[in-house]
Parts: sequence; structure tokens; C-alpha cells
Amino acid sequence: MDHLEQLESLSVHILREAYASFKNLCMLWSIGKDSTVLLWLARKAFYGHVPFPLVHIDTNFKIPEMIAYRDRLAREWGLEMVYGMNEEALREKQTFPDGAIDRIACCRNLKSTALANTLSGKWPRYVLNHKTGSYEVYKNTEPYTGVIVGVRADEEGSRSKERYFSPRDRENSWDFGDQPPEFWNQFKTDFPPGTHLRIHPLLDWTELNIWEYIERENIPTVSLYYNQGDGKRYRSLGCYPCTTPIESPSRNVAEIIEELKSGGLKNVAERSGRAQDKDDGGGLETLRRDGYM
Amino acid sequence: MAEILEKQKMNIVIAGHVDHGKSTVIGRLLADTGSLPDGKLEQVQENCRRNSKPFEYAFLIDALKDEQSQGITIDTARVFFKTVKRNYIILDAPGHIEFLKNMVTGAARAEAALLVIDADEGVRENSRRHGYMMSMLGIRQIAILVNKMDLKAYSRDVFEAIVKEYTAFLKEINVVPACFIPVSAMLGDNIAALSPQHMPWYTGKTVLDMLDAFEKEPPPLDKPFRMPVQDVYKFTRFGDNRRIVAGTIETGSLALGDEVVFYPSGKKSRVKTIECFNAPAQTQAVCGTAAGFTLEEQIYVTRGELATKAGEPKPRVSSRIRVNLFWLGRDPLVQKKDYLFKLGTARVTARLEEVRRVIDASDLNAASKNQVERHDVAECVFKLNRAIAFDPTSDIGATGRFVIVDNYEIRGGGIIAEGLDDRQTWLRETVMLRNYKWEKSIISPEKRAEKYNQKSTLLVLTGEKQVDRKAIAKQLEDRLFEDGKVVYFLGIGNVLYGIDADIKGRDGNQHQEHMRRLSEVANILLDAGIILLLTAVELTQDDLEIMKTTVSPEKIETVWVGENVTTDIAYDLQLTQHENVEESVDILKAYLQDKGIIFRPW
Repeated sequence: MDHLEQLESLSVHILREAYASFKNLCMLWSIGKDSTVLLWLARKAFYGHVPFPLVHIDTNFKIPEMIAYRDRLAREWGLEMVYGMNEEALREKQTFPDGAIDRIACCRNLKSTALANTLSGKWPRYVLNHKTGSYEVYKNTEPYTGVIVGVRADEEGSRSKERYFSPRDRENSWDFGDQPPEFWNQFKTDFPPGTHLRIHPLLDWTELNIWEYIERENIPTVSLYYNQGDGKRYRSLGCYPCTTPIESPSRNVAEIIEELKSGGLKNVAERSGRAQDKDDGGGLETLRRDGYM
Repeated sequence: MAEILEKQKMNIVIAGHVDHGKSTVIGRLLADTGSLPDGKLEQVQENCRRNSKPFEYAFLIDALKDEQSQGITIDTARVFFKTVKRNYIILDAPGHIEFLKNMVTGAARAEAALLVIDADEGVRENSRRHGYMMSMLGIRQIAILVNKMDLKAYSRDVFEAIVKEYTAFLKEINVVPACFIPVSAMLGDNIAALSPQHMPWYTGKTVLDMLDAFEKEPPPLDKPFRMPVQDVYKFTRFGDNRRIVAGTIETGSLALGDEVVFYPSGKKSRVKTIECFNAPAQTQAVCGTAAGFTLEEQIYVTRGELATKAGEPKPRVSSRIRVNLFWLGRDPLVQKKDYLFKLGTARVTARLEEVRRVIDASDLNAASKNQVERHDVAECVFKLNRAIAFDPTSDIGATGRFVIVDNYEIRGGGIIAEGLDDRQTWLRETVMLRNYKWEKSIISPEKRAEKYNQKSTLLVLTGEKQVDRKAIAKQLEDRLFEDGKVVYFLGIGNVLYGIDADIKGRDGNQHQEHMRRLSEVANILLDAGIILLLTAVELTQDDLEIMKTTVSPEKIETVWVGENVTTDIAYDLQLTQHENVEESVDILKAYLQDKGIIFRPW
């Protein structure tokens, strides 16, 4: 087995453990490369099926190509596609692009708070109706208590402390100092009723692994990742007011892999195009504790 | 491209007593291999300067704010770096005793270990404890770094005294160290390059040389095939009819047409297809793969069974085991308490039967106790509430490892040394042979369940002699029958005077044989898809164990009828309203609905 097969097998194993152990599971899909690889791995694990809903938190400031891509794959792959958003903050213009608040507060409003309330079912969820092709209010308001997330340990300091199965308390916060042990492939999968859980099947993957796997499996990705002729591309996808493309000549997956291995990106942090990280002194830590992905 | 795809990956763990310099070693490895993103080192140095504290490499990996204020690495951190030879993932294991569980997490996944000992402080409690745990967790390659040599004027004598003391300790626990390296992680001596100016007397390997010299263990392909069943998938969307047995192959390999045997049931079938998504059809699956296959003949298999291959060494099946474990729970491991025992994908209830030996990991003195305290390593015997399939760790490591859960938390873990005989050993071989030889119908159990709209179940009603179990069972049978269920009442006497005519009597082995035959009759009726209502006087736990060995345990529901419980049977439901037959029938019917055995009407 090569290293990609090993990574794939462990991730599939974790997805299957999650599916066997927890009710009310969902998978967060940010539309980015990592969570798309995660979605692909779910199709691997369950042989073409995805037996839980995909949840997307729409900030309303996502780059439009991302939403079009999301809905295309949701239809093609027959996904149970759900989204939620902070409609109140958007209505009252409590956002950074509206000039009302800073970047960190905006992330908290449009992402962390929207996520918490979408997962709990307190705020409306919208589900794709495969017959009409449009979204409608989802009748299922049961809380999602197991959330599968595509974070990687190499992304950023705080993420390297995560476990494959990581409990959050009722406020979604994360007590990283008191985490359960994980022996061999025996993960902690027993939790008191009411526990909210994050499941991290991609923890051991690196950015390079993600691209190598996208190439090997021929996984469809958003065109924003590639230079369309202007010498710029996105390395990490987010909201357009806070995400800037990087200077890069890579026009396809193979060129990105080459660029990561030897080219200009070798020693540049992946999220360098994400403005909110810089505003949060200690990296993502403040946001992470509030449930940010 | 090919070069990087083929590049090996190795998980290593760094352990050792608190403040002996593990984080500094990691920071230095990152810096010296050019593994840091541009500006990261400068950023941390700048932070230190701004806060007027001396720069330490530890700050690089101690990315969390809180952690830096505490000054110790508090959880398993994964750090990536690479040499020309391979990619490494360091699972940082903190040394503080409170955080032993984090070290276990790191060490359980590591292929090799670096153990750091402070030259100034010498061998300490956790130097020994970590060494012991690593050997138990299955790490065979350990290198010892004697750190902070600069504080001892790079003295060869200091180094050699530590080598002598720690080698003697490792010998006691049967660990052969790969090597000892004198280093100063802070100053970089013998980490990436030798240090002729400080330690001309040391000409052995540097830490990086040693890492690259660690060997990858070959995948256990030549071992017998073992795959703990994670699930059986039948996703009917998009007209998919496949019924896929899924799991990760621990050892060996599986090919199309192979005969597979599932334990503890002993049921067998043949591999029809090896499934995969977005890949050409496979004819073989090897160890390490998260695999899935379909079977020629449909048999009832569930999560928790162990898939093996006919003709290869069989796993051991028992409900009594002797183990080596270490305990991390705040409360001690005690007798007469139910714990959850997890091995592979099996989950059973376990009780501590006996503590044979407790070893204090820090000084290896054995003490005799009847409980196991936090951070103790012990040899114990466990009784499981039903038999599981496993391999003693000396045969196959992966299928002999377990964890113990109490109050939702993993409190301990260990390895099975051997399977012991239990009270059902006499019966188990017979049952496994019967399952192995079983001639299967074309109609699958699922199809029958679908047709009859019920899950075949053995409902056992037992209680004191004077309590009228039969009236309740017969009324329940009548009610279910009227609802359209396929149901059958069987009084124990119906078997006693017929099938058992040759052995009638209630003493010793004859009673066991009587229970066995009864259970075999029940097994046939359950295979036919029936809900079987069985009544018998004062069944004991032993009787129930015989039934659970003969019939799939998840198909049995036991009800104690009456207020007075006069035997040791662990029943699922107690019925105290037995005087009122109608009410009792209502309760039982609701119970069957709750359990999903029959369905509620719309």
C-alpha cells in the first residue's frame, strides 16, 4: 500500500466507525478541497452512497462559483444537501463587509453562530429538493450531534491537538486539555447523552496529500483553485471580502502538486490568503473554541 | 511525482519525564530539516522578544496560548517533518504524569520511539514508566536520547552511567534499545550533525541518522486473514441490491472465491465479489485495506464478529481471558462491577474476576492486590458476558488488543495473553461445527423478516414455580397470532418428554444437555423466522449462557415473571403484574415493539 492508500483506509475506517456508533450524524461541506475529499471518502466507505446529510454554512459572501459547484455535485451524487445561515445578522447588516464589525466578529456571526444554530436545529435548515432542484425548509429539526469535519493537523497549530473523535460540550466549546485517550484503532465512541461530537477523518492528511488524492481519484474541484490565465488562483476558499487569490501559475492539479513540492509555495503557510487569521493573534484558536471549523 | 508517492511515512513518538526536553528535540528537528514554513521561527522569536522571555524551541510546537503559559505540551500534537528518506509524523508525548493518557494515544500509533532522559536529572519515574508502556503497546524500536549534555560539560562518564542504568531496566522488560545518543537539543549537538568540538568521543548515529535507520515493519500479509466486521451495508437507494460485509483487514489477505468463517458464530460462506468504489473490480484485498465484500450465500452476520478464512489457524473463542493491562481511570479497576470491553469491533460487558499481579511501572515491583489503581500495570482475568473471538497477542497483535470503558471513558487498555476455558467450552465447538456445516436456504434471514414483518426472537419467560408464566405466554401467542405474526409457544415440558425422553432428569450434565437440546430446537425455529415464546421454571444464568452460546445472543430476550427473583439470571425485563394476564400481555407487546421485534401499527 502506498501512503495515499494508507491514509484513505484509515479515513474510511473512521467514517465507518462513526456511522456504526452514532445517530444524527452529518458532514460539514465547506465546498473547499479538504471537505470535498472527505465527501469522496464517504462515497468510498459506503460504496457510492452517502448515508448522512451534507451541511453547508452559507455566509452569503461565498464566491458564487462555490455555490454552483455545490449544487451541481449534490444533484449528480444524490446527496441529502442541507444549508443554514445567520439570516438575522445578514438582515441587520451585522457583518464585516457592511462595515459594522471586525473580521473575527463577522466569522463568529456568519460561521460559528450559524453553524451552532443549524446543527442544533434552532434555526431553519434548507434542503435540496432533487425533483425541483431548489432548496426548501427542511422538516427535520433534530439536532445533529455527530459532525464529521475535514480538518487537517498540518493546517495550523491548534488543529494539531485534535483527536479523530473529539467531544464538544453543549456550547460547542472544546476543552483540549482533557481529551480521551485513543488506543490503537480503539477510538472513544461512548459519550453521555447530549454530547456533541466532532469527527475528524482527515487529521493525518497534508495539503499535498489532498492534491495527490484529488489527482489520483480525479475528484471534481472548484475552478477557483486554478490559474485561469491571469497568474492568480485561490489556495484556500472562503468569503470573497476576506479571501484573496495568491500569485501562482498553476493551471491544474498536477501543476499545483509540483508547485507545493518544489515551487514557490513550499514554505508559504496555506491560509496566508485568509485575512481573519492575522486578526486573531494566536491563529484560529479563539474562533476554534467557539466551534469554528 | 513517483518519488514522493513512494516515499515512506513513519509515525514516531517522543516520550520521557517532564522537562527532560522532548519539545526542544522536536523544535530542533523541525528547524534542522528545514521543515518550518518561512517566517514561523522568526515569528515565535519575535513573540519571545516582545514578551521578554528567552526563546525556546518548545514554543514552536506549543502553538496553543494556554499551553505556553503552562510551559508543558499538554496533548498529543502531530508534527510533520521529512528527511531525504521518508516523511515523519511526530506524536508528541508529554511527560507530566497527569497526561499519561495522551502519551498512550501517541505511542499506540507509533512505529518507533525516542525516549528523552535529562543528563542532569538522570533516569526518573516516567523514564521507566514510558519505556514499559511502549513495550506493552507494541513499539519494538526505541532510541534513547540523553539530553542536556551541555549542562554536564559533555561528560562521557555521565552519559555512560545513564546508559548502564537504563539498559539494565530495559532488560528486565525484554526491550532491546536501538541505541543511546548523547545530545544537546538546545544547542543542536548530535541532532542533525555530529558534534566533534563538544563530544569528540561520540561517533555513533545522530538523531536523524537513527530515525532513518528505524525499519518499517512489513505489513502482516503472511499472517492468517482477520477482519473485524464493522458493519453489513445494504443501501437500497438507486436500486442497489448489494449486501456488503465491511471492515478493515488487520492481517492476511482475501481473494474471490475464498471460504470465510465468522467467529464467534462459526458461520461460513464464500466471497462472491470484493467491492470498491471508483476503481476497477478487485480480485484480492490485503491487510491494511478498509475493505468490503459480498457473499455467495446469505448468512446472518453482524458487527462485532471476526471474519477469518477457512483452512487457516482459527481464532480463539472464549468468555474468559487472561490479560496484561494498564489502568488510566481515576477510580481503581475493581471486582463485581460491569465494564464495557472493546476488542476489534466487538463490545461486551466484562467483570474483573481476578487480579493475578500488579506491577508498579516505575519500579517493577510486583504487589498482590484485588484491584488495579490508576497508572498501574497488571495481569488479570476477565469474565465477559458473552464469548468473543480474538487471538492471543503472541500470535497476532492486532486482534488481541482491547480497551476498557467505564462511564463513557476509556479507562484502560491492554493485550490478551491467553483465552481460558469457560463454562460453555464443552458446547462451543459443537455449535461452531453445526454453524459451519449448516445447509443454508435460498431465502435469507432478512427476506424472511421482511415477509413476516417481524424479527425472529426467542422470548424466554421464567420465574418461580407457582407463578403462571404459561397463561401469559399463551395469551401473548394468541394476541400476536391475531395480529398476523408468525409466533409459537413452547413449554419446556414439550421438549422434556419427547426429544429428551432418553435423558430425562434434572441433575448435573443431564440438565446441561437438556438445555442444549432445547436451545437447538429454538435455533431451528428462529432460523425459520418465528417469534418463539418459551416458558420454564427458575432458569439460572448458566442456563441462559447455554442458550446464548447456542442461539445468537442478540435474538434472546428474557423476562422474569413475579416479584421474587430466586436465581442469578440477568433478565432484560421483570414483570410484576403477572396476576393480571391482559396487562402483562400489553406490557410484553409494548416491549417487543420498543425492541423493534414487531412494529407499531400506523
